[in-house]
Amino acid sequence: MISEALFFSAVLFIIGVVGVLTRRNAIIIFMCVELMLNAVNLSFIALSRLHGSANGQVFVLFVMTIAAAEAAVGLAIIISIFRHHKSVDLRNINLLKG
Amino acid sequence: MLQDLAAVDTHALAATAARYVGLLPLIPLAGFLVNGALSLIPAYTPGPGDPSTAGHEHDHDAAQAHAMDHAERSGATGDDHHAIARHPFAGVTSVIGPLVLVLSFALAVAIWLAMASAGEMNTPYVQHFFDWMVTGDLKISWAFQVDQLSMIMVLVITGVGTLIHIFSIGYMRDDPGYPRFFAYLNLFVAFMLVLVLGASYPVLFVGWEGVGLCSYLLIGFWFSDKANADAGKKAFIVNRIGDFGFLIAMFLLFANLGTLDFTGVAASASSLGYDSALVTTICLFFFLGCAGKSAQLPLYVWLPDAMAGPTPVSALIHAATMVTAGVYLIARSGFLFAMSPTACITVAVVGTLTALFAATIGLKQWDIKKVLAYSTISQLGYMFMGVGAGAYAAGMFHLVTHAFFKALLFLGSGSVIFAMHRAYHHTGSHDDAQDMRNMGGLRKYMPVTFVLMWIATLAIAGVPPFSGFFSKDGILGAVFARAQHGALAESTWLGMPGSAVLYVLYALGLVTAFLTAIYMTRMMLYTFHGPNRTGEAEQAHLAEAPWSMTGPLVILGVLSAAGGWLNLPAALPLGPVGVLEKWLDPVVGAATAAVAGTTGEEVTSTEYFLIGAAVLIAIVGIAFAVARLKPAALVRKRDALPSHGFEHVLEEKYYVDEIYDDAVVKPIVAGSRNVLWTGIDRGIIDSLFVNGSAVLARGFGWIGSQMQSGETGAYAWAIAIGALAVLGAFTFR
Repeated sequence: MISEALFFSAVLFIIGVVGVLTRRNAIIIFMCVELMLNAVNLSFIALSRLHGSANGQVFVLFVMTIAAAEAAVGLAIIISIFRHHKSVDLRNINLLKG
Repeated sequence: MLQDLAAVDTHALAATAARYVGLLPLIPLAGFLVNGALSLIPAYTPGPGDPSTAGHEHDHDAAQAHAMDHAERSGATGDDHHAIARHPFAGVTSVIGPLVLVLSFALAVAIWLAMASAGEMNTPYVQHFFDWMVTGDLKISWAFQVDQLSMIMVLVITGVGTLIHIFSIGYMRDDPGYPRFFAYLNLFVAFMLVLVLGASYPVLFVGWEGVGLCSYLLIGFWFSDKANADAGKKAFIVNRIGDFGFLIAMFLLFANLGTLDFTGVAASASSLGYDSALVTTICLFFFLGCAGKSAQLPLYVWLPDAMAGPTPVSALIHAATMVTAGVYLIARSGFLFAMSPTACITVAVVGTLTALFAATIGLKQWDIKKVLAYSTISQLGYMFMGVGAGAYAAGMFHLVTHAFFKALLFLGSGSVIFAMHRAYHHTGSHDDAQDMRNMGGLRKYMPVTFVLMWIATLAIAGVPPFSGFFSKDGILGAVFARAQHGALAESTWLGMPGSAVLYVLYALGLVTAFLTAIYMTRMMLYTFHGPNRTGEAEQAHLAEAPWSMTGPLVILGVLSAAGGWLNLPAALPLGPVGVLEKWLDPVVGAATAAVAGTTGEEVTSTEYFLIGAAVLIAIVGIAFAVARLKPAALVRKRDALPSHGFEHVLEEKYYVDEIYDDAVVKPIVAGSRNVLWTGIDRGIIDSLFVNGSAVLARGFGWIGSQMQSGETGAYAWAIAIGALAVLGAFTFR
């Protein structure tokens, strides 16, 4: 039971990582990040159940809260980027280069 | 420590005036503080809107502009400076400046009287004030030592110093820097007293450096002339070479004996080993210090330039006191020098050569103060001849009489320059007030100075019964006696038998005495005899200086004439014989005996022959100068033709300054410029270290900046690979 859950979590995480690494649309990258967070959340839940402890579930609640806050800030940034560049393609956004 | 205190308490001088010895330098120091504070107040306030013509009153502006012009035209001839405005507090300075010297002198006399009434005093009275430096084995206390030797010096410094201070009132009163002058002069006396009273080499060294500082400040007193400021720097730098020797000698003493106070060194000096290389090295390094301070070969070059200072400074510092500090140091270290015949003969040889060398240069100088400067170097050479030959009392005797007659000569020349200067000032002439070719026939205008300077001239030339005769004869007689028997005669110096060397030194001493008589007579003839060459209009203004200036001259004249009675030789018992020698015996007697051997001093026919030879030579020298030199044929400086041949070499002082310039100064400047500045400073430090590190930082910064591509994807890849690497490292370690 636990190994299936962790395997599923790993798959989800890798999908998220690959999405972040390969895609260039800010919204999609953002969604992939959320996917990675949720993959971790899944591991927490599974391990919480395995150990019979509520600690993992507490962490999940924290992650979800922070993810919500992050989504608010991140989406706001993406919107202002879009207003400025008329695009959310990260390849065009490299003002902070050395 | 307790024992020391007990020893002091039971000393014969413990309850006498000697316990106030600490005040001796403090009194002039107080004068320095007062006059120094006054000197901070400017002599005149700058005029509104035009600081360049600053004058106290507008009437003075024209005179001042003229004075500036005059000073520039006449170049670096020292005293050729004009009153711009008298200092508002000149009156206070006139009282405080000499008063502190009078008080010091009174205290010195009180201590001296206490010593005289205390009778036999074989150990010095050392007064400990506080621990100055205590580190590890080194323990130096600030202590003063009263003994017969330091007392002689204190009396000369404060006594002659008082007279020179009084003279300075008249000489310097109209100078805008009057309080500054007295501040420096008072400070000098304070340091000079520290020098002679210090009970250890480091305390002596404080005074030694302090008088060097004051000498520098006073040589460059009129520093607005670059030549004067340069002369001050030259004196300071040349003295640094000597001070290096002094320091090395002190280090060697401490490294080998572990103590630096005079009593301690004297007690343990024998452990250095008689005639060992070590004691010779220490003595020669001390002598290097003496050669710097007392202007001996090869470091004498600063003293003639030091004449750029005001004339009272030349009299006090560069004739009577500071330059004799080297002689004092050797007499003080007699217990060391007595252990090294090599060092003794070296001192005597250098002294004799200096005496001869400077005397020849003195033959052809035209500046009256330059003649006296070379004469001073020459007489200092005599003193070193004496102390080198182990005749410490004779050397100190010549130091004292020289202080009298050379101070008199310098102050007399100051009077002459003062009169010449005033005359030229009245007529607005730009001629040189110090050049003897512009003087002549001054005896008519300055009879008192004329008589007094002749007394001093006869004294320095060695004509009996004036003081210089007895002291110079004492030195020459001692050199001759050492050549006959004693430790020096039996030793060898650079492979030569000491006896032969000393006979040669004696002969050179006689030659120098002959030259001394000639150049001093020449100075007198050209200055006071013959027709006057100052100028028709100027003659009306030539006159004797005021009594505040001639008064000290008269006292010095009496001392120059009668000073010989301080130490009459046994061969000429005109009074109590050898007073000074007996007085100094507790301090230098042992060292003298070690050098001279134990043979008793009997009066022999040889001695009368030596005295006769010395007198004859002096008189022949004067007669020769009178017969050969024709003041009437002399022309004024501006009409003078250049000299030729050896005369010109002498007039140019053997080109020693030029040789030093080419051999030392220019290579150092070139090396500093090409190697140290362009090579090391600009090349290595600036280019490599300073700019190099900047280039390096910029390079690393550029590499780092290239990693910041601004591509978010690249950053994400970097994070992913980094995370994998960390995970891998933890998994597969």
